[in-house]
Amino acid sequence: MNFEQIIPSMPYILQGIWVTLQIVLIAGLLGFAIGILLSFFKIGRVPFLRWFADGYTSIFRGTPLVLQLMIIYYASPQLFGVQIDAYTAAILSFALNSAAYISEIIRAGIQAVDKGQREAAMALGVPYNKMMKDVILPQGMKNILPALMNEFITLTKESAIVTVIGVTDIMRRAYIVGSDKFSFLEPLLFAGLIYYLMVLVLTFAGKWVEGRMRRSD
Amino acid sequence: MIKVEGLYKSFGKLEVLKDINAEINEGEVVVVIGPSGSGKSTFLRCLNLLEEPTSGKIVIGKDEVTSKKFNPQKLRSEVGMVFQHFHLFPHMTVLGNVTYAPLKVKGTTKAEADKLGKELLAKVGLSDKANEFPNRLSGGQKQRVAIARALAMEPNVMLFDEPTSALDPEMVKEVLDVMKSLAKTGMTMMIVTHEMGFAREVADRVIFMDEGMLVEQADPIEFFKAPSTERAQDFLQKVL
Repeated sequence: MNFEQIIPSMPYILQGIWVTLQIVLIAGLLGFAIGILLSFFKIGRVPFLRWFADGYTSIFRGTPLVLQLMIIYYASPQLFGVQIDAYTAAILSFALNSAAYISEIIRAGIQAVDKGQREAAMALGVPYNKMMKDVILPQGMKNILPALMNEFITLTKESAIVTVIGVTDIMRRAYIVGSDKFSFLEPLLFAGLIYYLMVLVLTFAGKWVEGRMRRSD
Repeated sequence: MIKVEGLYKSFGKLEVLKDINAEINEGEVVVVIGPSGSGKSTFLRCLNLLEEPTSGKIVIGKDEVTSKKFNPQKLRSEVGMVFQHFHLFPHMTVLGNVTYAPLKVKGTTKAEADKLGKELLAKVGLSDKANEFPNRLSGGQKQRVAIARALAMEPNVMLFDEPTSALDPEMVKEVLDVMKSLAKTGMTMMIVTHEMGFAREVADRVIFMDEGMLVEQADPIEFFKAPSTERAQDFLQKVL
């Protein structure tokens, strides 16, 4: 093993952090927004919406993420009539995929809120929307924070598969350096270290937020 | 004030209420007693439509609340309810709990709601707890906050669903005292309870239920001296 030979390439690999973070952040936020919407469909009273949200979740959880990514990227001319760029395809597929998982997390979180809370709000004449916003969601969010953080960590690690459609994230850059130097172990281990440190930072951030939220208990 | 005619309620195949007929006058305090599973709570919960009656008619004030056109939110903002397990909002302060519904349902201003909230907390003896979170309170204190929260909507009727059943014995009195002083203000109240002493002292009328039926209604003094039905006699023998 000779790490010296990849030292000049380290800044190049490190620049991939930004690419990875951008994909994860935008996809995470989009996925969260779609996830909230889907979770409302799931607990709502409109049968069609419930059916749609359940079907959506079933399909996105039941097929490989890499397949969804490749369909969105390589089949985009057939799907949308234009070739979308790899970066957009990566964000889109990750957002759609994580929305399925996040909607399940939120649904479970909402349903775990004591039934009495809902009844107390109803008994005061509070309309459904306000009850959800002021009473149920704030309590549900606290329940789901650990699971949500987990999903975000998974997303960060799994984002490495965007390398298959050529997005130059950390993974892709490490691979490029490896083929350049005819030595894969060192750049790949370096990439592994970067991912691990990112996950550690996220884990600590999650614990910190959780601790702060628990103060009101 | 409240008129119930031919009220039935089933959960699936289980018939919980069978042909309930009752009338509650303005300012009257009615206590509902009976064995567990007799349908007392379900009866109470039908009155603010937390349970939807299977059939029958309920009129509150001038509104036929069981009519399909009637908006349950309007009814619930006029009928206060206190639950066995308090159901305070844990993420809001005590004052926040009390002012939430006036602010969000009635559109009261913050200043007015706070003023009303503080008055109500003073009435239930918890002025010093206004800025605490519910988890810092004892059961009795929680239930008094819950009473203040329901009163903040200035209801015409108050429903109490076993308000002292989840409390440690030493906290029962403080809650009953608040309810007694509320009864003295002329509030129309309907109370499901196992506190027979309280029923005898405060109730204008006792309703005895068993197996989903309204078996007997009577003046509390007569009822506790000598109930006219055998089922009520059996019940009283067990609990007194």
